[in-house]
Amino acid sequence: MTYYLVKRLAIGLLTIWGVVTAVFVVIRFAPGDQATVALGPDATVEQVEALRHSLGLDRPLLVQYFSYLGDVAALDFGESYRYGRPAMQAVLERFPATVTLTLTATVIALIAGLLLGVLAGQRPGSLLDRAVSTFTLGLQAVPPFWVGIMFILVFALQFRMLPSAGGGSPAHLVLPAVTLSIPFTALVARISRSGIAEAMGEAYVQTARSKGLTERSVLSGHVLKNSLIPVVTVVGLQLGNLLGGAVVIETVFAWPGLGSLLVSAVGNRDFAVVQAATVLIALCVIVLNLTADIVNAKLDPRIRLEAPR
Amino acid sequence: MTQADLLGADPVPDVEAPTRRRKRPLAAVPYVIIGVYLLAAIIGPLLIDYDPVRTEVTERLLPPGSQTSTGTAWLGTDAVGRDMLAQIVYGARTSFIIGIAVVGVCGTVGVALGALAGYLRGLSDAVVSRLIDILMAFPGILLAIIIAGILGRGMHVVIIALSVGGWVGFARLSRSITMSTRERDWVDAARIMGVSKPATLARHIVPFLAGSVIALATIELASAILAEAALSFLGLGLPPDVVSWGQSIANGREYLETAWWITVFPGIALTILVISIGLAGDRLTRRYTRKRD
Repeated sequence: MTYYLVKRLAIGLLTIWGVVTAVFVVIRFAPGDQATVALGPDATVEQVEALRHSLGLDRPLLVQYFSYLGDVAALDFGESYRYGRPAMQAVLERFPATVTLTLTATVIALIAGLLLGVLAGQRPGSLLDRAVSTFTLGLQAVPPFWVGIMFILVFALQFRMLPSAGGGSPAHLVLPAVTLSIPFTALVARISRSGIAEAMGEAYVQTARSKGLTERSVLSGHVLKNSLIPVVTVVGLQLGNLLGGAVVIETVFAWPGLGSLLVSAVGNRDFAVVQAATVLIALCVIVLNLTADIVNAKLDPRIRLEAPR
Repeated sequence: MTQADLLGADPVPDVEAPTRRRKRPLAAVPYVIIGVYLLAAIIGPLLIDYDPVRTEVTERLLPPGSQTSTGTAWLGTDAVGRDMLAQIVYGARTSFIIGIAVVGVCGTVGVALGALAGYLRGLSDAVVSRLIDILMAFPGILLAIIIAGILGRGMHVVIIALSVGGWVGFARLSRSITMSTRERDWVDAARIMGVSKPATLARHIVPFLAGSVIALATIELASAILAEAALSFLGLGLPPDVVSWGQSIANGREYLETAWWITVFPGIALTILVISIGLAGDRLTRRYTRKRD
């Protein structure tokens, strides 16, 4: 367990270093000078030079890189030129909204996905199974950002049941959370379906049935527990993609979270915010993956988080 | 339909083989649809004249089926009077060019790195594996948004942005197949006969990757097309004069209430293509997955 945790933490640190370096490199490759962009077209050469100096852009690249790494280690990303305060502060302010959105989407995906999985997996090969499987395939392939707009068209503009954009009330949460959950609902449904279908043929299910248990308690007591393990594994691995998806969906619904902040910061060349948001998201993904692994080990005693061999 | 399916799926039981031979007319549908899209992407632009920067103010926001100066706008026109059908046909071309380029780059890089890591083991495996770990831990679309958003505009920027994280799946798949194939007898035999390492890798190992890699490439094509649409929807990556479905969908958002067709039709085009490629990829995956240790 200790070996495993140390290894995962090392990989986590490596990941953050990789992401931080990649963003640093990309920003240096960006067309246009940061100081020129920040000051606008009317700035004088002296002003630009002064800002370049205060941002440290006139130092050698390697010196910039290491001082930047030091700042990141201290979670200091500098001032956001657009918001006029520390970038990490601006990012952390948006963070709770993103957590709310992704958590709600995860819960929806788990409930709807398991429901679909049970419907389909109970009788593999049946008409219901094929119908549900086709439906989940469609869910998986449909572009979420477009479905989000269709939801706005139908539920916000046509029937005026729900607000189309913004945040602040539970009603604002419904459309973005459902949209974000779509690909994950499909994923959970597919995995739980195959797990349940497989378990249905196992000897212990036959034993449970021959003991005279009802189909319902066979399902809940014997089948579901065993088929949940792969669901937890895959959902844990996919949580990072859920955060990635949230970035796009937040923009569709103008949800005041980290993702819409990041997209606008990329557009505004507010690099301090881009860097802070990226590191925060990478941290989240690492913590989530680790948690999923530990939960998995708790669910399945056969999985031991130990050294290989 | 994810790479996890390819890596973890069970082998196809032999019992299924005879049923597959039975005629299933519906089985060809996804391939036919992909063919129609490809045809539209290749010859459509030769038949339909479309200028992405031309505007026709008198013909803006016309509903589907309206008459315009150049004929009938079967799918309507957008906010500056451009024909939606033409946009969809030209958008198909953009989607295929970017999708195929991304899969080509990712496939080449991923298979090369994965096969080398799996065959040579040792340091090169450690380096490639850590790179995979790092990229797996960070959402690919986010990386693409940051790269495309900061590097400016152009088709090559989008291709680079989507490839940076996209090769990982190919590398993981090739690495795991190579690692099991290199233990087989014929590889030992080749080594004993004095075949050089590069030749062994190229002639006795890499051919065994083909099936699975093709299956994964199909799946990755679908996700590359989706990711490109998402990027263009966010207004990142592609320059404004390149027609793209994502961009058309974004353009129509302001006019949802009055001109739904601008957003709805490109989305349907995108969805049908991605579902068809996904179905084809699923079938290829079932055909080529085998159990690996």
